[in-house]
Amino acid sequence: MTDRKPADAAAATPGPLILLIEDEAALRRYLRPSLAAQGYRLIEAEGGMEGIGLAKQHVPDLVLLDLGLPDLDGLEVTRRLREWSRVPIIVLSARGQERDKVDALDAGADDYLTKPFGFGELLARIRVAMRHVAAVEAGGRVTEFSCGPLRVDLGARRTFIDGQVVHLTAIEYRLLATLIEHAGKVVTHRQLLQAVWGPGHAEQAHYLRVYMAHLRRKLEADPTRPRIFRTEIGVGYRLIWS
Amino acid sequence: MTTQRSDGRPDPDALLARAEAEEAERGHGRLRVFFGAAPGVGKTYAMLEAARVRRREGIDVVSGWIETHGRAETEALTEGLERLPPREVDYRGVRLREFDLEAAIARRPGLLLVDELAHTNSPGSKHAKRWQDVEEVLEAGIDVYTTLNVQHLESLNDVVAQITTVAVRETVPDSVFEKAHEVELVDLTPDDLLQRLREGKVYVPAEAERAIDRFFRKGNLIALREMALQRTAERVDAQMARWKQEQGIAQPWPTRERILVALGPAPQSADLVRAAYRMAARLHAPWIALSVETPAFHRLPVRDREMVAAHLTLAERLGAEAAVMAAEDVSQAVLDLARQRNVTRILVGKPTHPRWRDRIQGSLVERLVRGSGPIDVLVTTGEPEETPAAARAAPTPPTPLREYLWAGAVVLASTALCASVRPLLEMVDEAMLYLLGVLFVASRFSRGPAIVASLLSVAAFDFFFVPPFLTFTVTDTRYLLTFGVMLATGLVVSSLTVRIRQQAEAARDRERRTATLYAMTRSFAFWRGVSEIAEAAARHVELLFEIDAVVLIPDADGGLVVRGGSGEKVAASERELSVARWVLAHGRAAGYGTDTLPGTEALFLPLAGGKAPVGVLGVAVGRRGAPLTPSQTQLLDVFASHTALALERALLTEEAERAHLTVETERLRNALLSAISHDLRTPVAAVMGSVTSLLDEGAGLDEESRRDLLETIRDEADRLSRLLADVLDLTRIESGALTARKEWFPLEEVVGASLARLEERLEGRETKVDLPGPLLLVPLDAVLVEQVFVNLIENAIKYTPPGSPIEIGAEVAGDVLTVEVADRGAGIPAGDEEKIFEKFYRVLGAGDAGGTGLGLAVCRAIVKAHGGRIWAENRAGGGAVFRFTLPVEGVPPAIEDTPAAAGEAAT
Repeated sequence: MTDRKPADAAAATPGPLILLIEDEAALRRYLRPSLAAQGYRLIEAEGGMEGIGLAKQHVPDLVLLDLGLPDLDGLEVTRRLREWSRVPIIVLSARGQERDKVDALDAGADDYLTKPFGFGELLARIRVAMRHVAAVEAGGRVTEFSCGPLRVDLGARRTFIDGQVVHLTAIEYRLLATLIEHAGKVVTHRQLLQAVWGPGHAEQAHYLRVYMAHLRRKLEADPTRPRIFRTEIGVGYRLIWS
Repeated sequence: MTTQRSDGRPDPDALLARAEAEEAERGHGRLRVFFGAAPGVGKTYAMLEAARVRRREGIDVVSGWIETHGRAETEALTEGLERLPPREVDYRGVRLREFDLEAAIARRPGLLLVDELAHTNSPGSKHAKRWQDVEEVLEAGIDVYTTLNVQHLESLNDVVAQITTVAVRETVPDSVFEKAHEVELVDLTPDDLLQRLREGKVYVPAEAERAIDRFFRKGNLIALREMALQRTAERVDAQMARWKQEQGIAQPWPTRERILVALGPAPQSADLVRAAYRMAARLHAPWIALSVETPAFHRLPVRDREMVAAHLTLAERLGAEAAVMAAEDVSQAVLDLARQRNVTRILVGKPTHPRWRDRIQGSLVERLVRGSGPIDVLVTTGEPEETPAAARAAPTPPTPLREYLWAGAVVLASTALCASVRPLLEMVDEAMLYLLGVLFVASRFSRGPAIVASLLSVAAFDFFFVPPFLTFTVTDTRYLLTFGVMLATGLVVSSLTVRIRQQAEAARDRERRTATLYAMTRSFAFWRGVSEIAEAAARHVELLFEIDAVVLIPDADGGLVVRGGSGEKVAASERELSVARWVLAHGRAAGYGTDTLPGTEALFLPLAGGKAPVGVLGVAVGRRGAPLTPSQTQLLDVFASHTALALERALLTEEAERAHLTVETERLRNALLSAISHDLRTPVAAVMGSVTSLLDEGAGLDEESRRDLLETIRDEADRLSRLLADVLDLTRIESGALTARKEWFPLEEVVGASLARLEERLEGRETKVDLPGPLLLVPLDAVLVEQVFVNLIENAIKYTPPGSPIEIGAEVAGDVLTVEVADRGAGIPAGDEEKIFEKFYRVLGAGDAGGTGLGLAVCRAIVKAHGGRIWAENRAGGGAVFRFTLPVEGVPPAIEDTPAAAGEAAT
């Protein structure tokens, strides 16, 4: 009964279509009514192969992908989806799977959540991912970005904190611009290093950390309590969107 | 040996020996030898016939190697018999066919036929001789039929050579023949054999003619037949004796004889060995082959030293115990060993040197006879044992020219001295001065320069100081005596000096060996680990023998691993490793200088432990230049057995430690399980209760109660989740699956990340962070250290009143970073400062603060994995402070701006 109701409602006013690839029934059972209540339509797959098939058939607006699938691991599913689709992928992983998580993100996943996660967190991640798609589809370059006390004029390459101009080095600015480009989403060390320093520097994570520290000292009120540049230890950095 | 004791029961020792023999037989294939006097008597034919009978009985018979020599009747018998394809070997462009040992063992037939036991394998084969192949087949538990001619028996080799004047190179040790389960004599009268030969049944006619002329003379054949019959009869005798012994039948045995044979480098010594063997076999006596290494022995040519080694090996093959003694005097060494070992007969070769030498130096035989007391001394054909070395020492080493020049110079100096002080001296004094010079030369240099100095002195004395002066003419015959005394003194002193020097050399040599052995034994006592002992052993061998050495130990998978020494030099190739594996599996030496797999450069010795070989010692003899002398080989054996003992001890210790560790791990696991099961149940019970209450009474509850229940569920689920995370962390760290992967990381970032993770729970608290000013890079595993911060801060939140401040600080002193997390709570009860870091320990009376009891244990494990330590204490003014250290070793990597970054500016 409860299963069909949201689906019917969704058919009436077609909300975003989410593909959930997850082998654990309990998690599916909990997400089904919860997401429907938020106006999302949901299709489910228990395994990686089935998920890829459903993605081709229904072209979902977003994919929630569990990393520990029985047939095909999440990393492989991400790679195969990325061969033909730019659909946002949010990876669900257990603690201790840092390496897999980073691999999936480097392979093209948009964001991740560590199990167990609150529903609120999940919704926030879904919204960020969808907003990015919307922004990309709208075309048009963003010329200004603001977040809390931070304001960046992307056209003029100028950075302000509380209205005051802050001078950034070229690298610091490029680091900031890359994070803004992905605002709200996690950006892995590798992605940042490649974007800022170029492909040859993908392994030199300590460069990144030192420059992040410089950036924080210039832009954060208290660099030990960062409110703009969050560190996701072992994964990368996230510019908070709010 | 007295098998019969006074109570009439068989000697227990004898029964024990028999039991051991049977033990060896079990799981071991049985060997049947078809034994004949000469080629052509029909051994192969008889073997094939017997095999056919066995096949009819249903035995799986396979022919491994059959030599039919094109004889039609023999060929006919091989029909229908499964034949293993021969192994083809390329040797200098010639394709040789050999018996395929590996294939035979892989095929595992019930009975394998291998013709011509005495065959020598082509170079590059695993074993030098076919009988070694057969031994391996037997060891694999496969029965073997084989053929053998009497002239190939090692102990009869010399006798056959004397009779037939044809030297046979291919020999089989008598032990193989004696160990055979059955021996079947294939007999044919000489006339019949010659008849068959003429009919071309043995060889093709052309070859047959030559064979009849050389080997198959009737006289030869009769002698060979006699030997074959006699040898078989001896075997039957031995069997009979054994049977009687088994049955406990009384038999009068002579008292136990023990024979000692003394060997030297002459070729005849080989005959001496065989003679000793035959005597020992007749008397059923154990025998010892002894080589005495006098100081001069070491100066013998390499060829001669090798010869001695070969004779000792031959003796060992014939069942002797080989012994090497370092001594000054051969006769004394022989007698010492003889008394020590209760030898009843000493066997030496007949002297071949001229008799005058015995007059001067004394005869070995005579000294032996005089000193032997109750021991019989037998002298047989062979070579003399008279200090074999001394007699041949002259050619080596050549005396340097420098020493002769010295001799000349000394004489010149004596002459000059005499000339300068001539007016003051009598002629006798001048002679004394010359004598002094001769003594000087003799004491400093070898015999040659001493003789030269003596002769020159006599000549100079005569020429300058004996009237008539400046001629060699001697008018007064008295001076001839002076000359004689001078010459004799020079000779005597020089030979004494030389002998003393040799003794000193020998003593030094002995001392060096003893010292090395002592050093090695001591270092074994010092080292505990297997690797350390292996390394020490290899190093000592390398030092003492000036040779590359390696110690290999089997690993868990049965492969061999280099645990010490120059592995890359000794056992680098797969070929050498396979030899080492063979040695380990068979417990026998192989490689360079042995009969097994001699093609390698290294010699591999088993390190025999109490039960099984514990490893293999490899030495690169092949690249050393000079071969090992018998005494060195013996010393190497001693080394190997010492090493084996030490290694076995270390291996057993390791095993015991592993067992202990397993028990300890098991105990911890049980404690953990019982604690977890308790800690898991509590939140699950709360969740279950809340949920069922909501489901059953949902409608009847007011909004506040429902919210309360839901919050309980959330909190308890959260607690469960944290507990699981902690248990997982702890397990992974402790099992070694999680190691600290250190990277240079800004401390500030780790602190920031952990505070961000606890943002919600820190709401309403003052959090002070005080880190050193400049950006501090620390080598750490950020994922793990973040967890330490999170756990410590959570701990502070849980055990302090809401709203109380938390302070985080850090400082670097030298190469240690100390971090502290301090609170203003109730502090830690006295005596609990250590215990709180234990698993599932909770401070009494602190109430249920929602902790898992694992957080601090996780912290300790992580800090330990980083090489730091963690501790807690109470603060002045109330509250607790948790401190941990992290080593800051090395220099953080330099950060340079890339060229791309330098060119661009942004504001």
